[in-house]
Amino acid sequence: MSLLPEELKKDFPLLQRTVRGGRPLVYLDSGATSQKPVRVLDAERRFYERHNAAPHRGAHQLAEEATEAYENARASIARFIGASTADVVFTKNATEAINLVAYVMSNAATAGPEAERFAVGPGDEVVVTEMEHHANLVPWQQLCRRTGATLRWFGITDDGRLDLENLDDIVNERTKIVALTHQSNVLGTVPPVERIAARAHAVGALVLLDSAQAVPHQRVDVADLGVDFLTFSGHKMLGPTGIGVLWGRGELLEVMPPFITGGSMIEIVHMDETTFMPPPQRFEAGVPMTAQAIGLGVACDYLAEIGMDRVHAHEVALTAYALERLGEVPGVRIIGPGTTEARGGAVSFTVEDIHPHDVGQVLDDLGVEVRVGHHCAWPICRRFGIPATTRATFYLYNTLGDVDALADGVRQAQKFFGTT
Amino acid sequence: MQLEAMYQEVILDHYRNPHHRGLREPFEGEAHHVNPTCGDEVTLRVHLDGEGQDATVADVSYDAMGCSISQASASVMSDLVIGKSVKEAMAVGEEFLTLMQSRGRDVDADEDVLEDAIAFVGVSKYPARIKCALLAWMAWKDATARALGEAS
Repeated sequence: MSLLPEELKKDFPLLQRTVRGGRPLVYLDSGATSQKPVRVLDAERRFYERHNAAPHRGAHQLAEEATEAYENARASIARFIGASTADVVFTKNATEAINLVAYVMSNAATAGPEAERFAVGPGDEVVVTEMEHHANLVPWQQLCRRTGATLRWFGITDDGRLDLENLDDIVNERTKIVALTHQSNVLGTVPPVERIAARAHAVGALVLLDSAQAVPHQRVDVADLGVDFLTFSGHKMLGPTGIGVLWGRGELLEVMPPFITGGSMIEIVHMDETTFMPPPQRFEAGVPMTAQAIGLGVACDYLAEIGMDRVHAHEVALTAYALERLGEVPGVRIIGPGTTEARGGAVSFTVEDIHPHDVGQVLDDLGVEVRVGHHCAWPICRRFGIPATTRATFYLYNTLGDVDALADGVRQAQKFFGTT
Repeated sequence: MQLEAMYQEVILDHYRNPHHRGLREPFEGEAHHVNPTCGDEVTLRVHLDGEGQDATVADVSYDAMGCSISQASASVMSDLVIGKSVKEAMAVGEEFLTLMQSRGRDVDADEDVLEDAIAFVGVSKYPARIKCALLAWMAWKDATARALGEAS
């Protein structure tokens, strides 16, 4: 096992606090949002104390400093995912990044001929999977509704993998885009992205990868993935809320019409027409979330210093231990792959005869904070015929002791409700 | 442990042995309510005897999927409203709503009115769980309105 040093926890002020009447906090909900190292908090504060101004407008010294800090953050984030700086677009979060692409596709119908490859309409197909977060499902449902295109999807196998048996049928010459998760936020499953992307590109479809649960946890290099778009959120990777990223292949961003329009994304404005800036500015209307971008840039630097391969190895070790410890508890059923093979650190489970809410309540009473419910991926629960799950998610600051607290807590819940 | 304050024995009893469970005929109003944050669901039917606010709640039947709090609440609620007039039952519902919005602070909850439902006072300290306790009550209110022809 290659675990990171436990001292790492000291970088995160919130993890020092207690909950529910003095219990030490065991935070196992990083899949929902991660905690922040003091360095990220300091960076945001320092920006407001020293450099605060609206970037990319004005010519005074503070505006220069703010612009430089904002663009340096973009460079850090681009470096972190192996991208060119110009191909990194800031959004509010991954949800907005996905919506950006979906709206570009419906806006393409009324844009110029260069945007033609994004246009969708009746007869076209959009492909997703049954294991998507609602953020990578509902925008595509709505796109189909607006344009008359048809939504299709890959199902899930009993062991929580994508069912790709009909890959060549589901992804075909009518497919305009395939949008899929890089790592399921419920099952932990990592789908074979390269295989799906190869098929999509063979039929001329675009590929969008929802990497909200992958970029925070493993080394991601956009050049290796063979996808066209990649989206993620800052707050799940030690950064602030309110900042997300859309990465897109430069030649695509170049010809995409805008989604949100207004100030700072324009070139020339007349009363009756406007021309737009090149990307990424074309997609960043209004005064941007500057401090948040700076915070995320620092978070990327922090993670890069530790090394994403080490972060990943740490989480694989915790996941393996969690699967083992939970697997020993009678009545516990893991929803998702039972091994760490092609799997990340989201561990969802059910406990026989105890509703996840009640499991979560007992854990919470012990200071163990997990997520309960359908985790914004309701179709997965339906697929497995369960109302909800209890989910633990791990990050670099979690320890084997945290996993022990989880497994012990589940046994306590069984004792409390008298099911064993 | 604060758990015992939330999961009082009377709640666990109703959870393990729910009263009036299952969907029955006849009924004049039916409602399906979902808690979108967790996916808990209840389908609930109301059978009234008589007209308007003075009608008697002759039966409440339901099919519910959810946590112990939502299941127990459906059981306690049906016990409380069956046999009362719609008007009386609605007043009990209002009293329960006040209790659930108390955030565990002292409220003048009337145990004579709320009976077993007084046990949910511990739940009111947990904002995320209040909806669980209210799900069946909201479905009942809705189904009753439909039975009276007041709602779509």
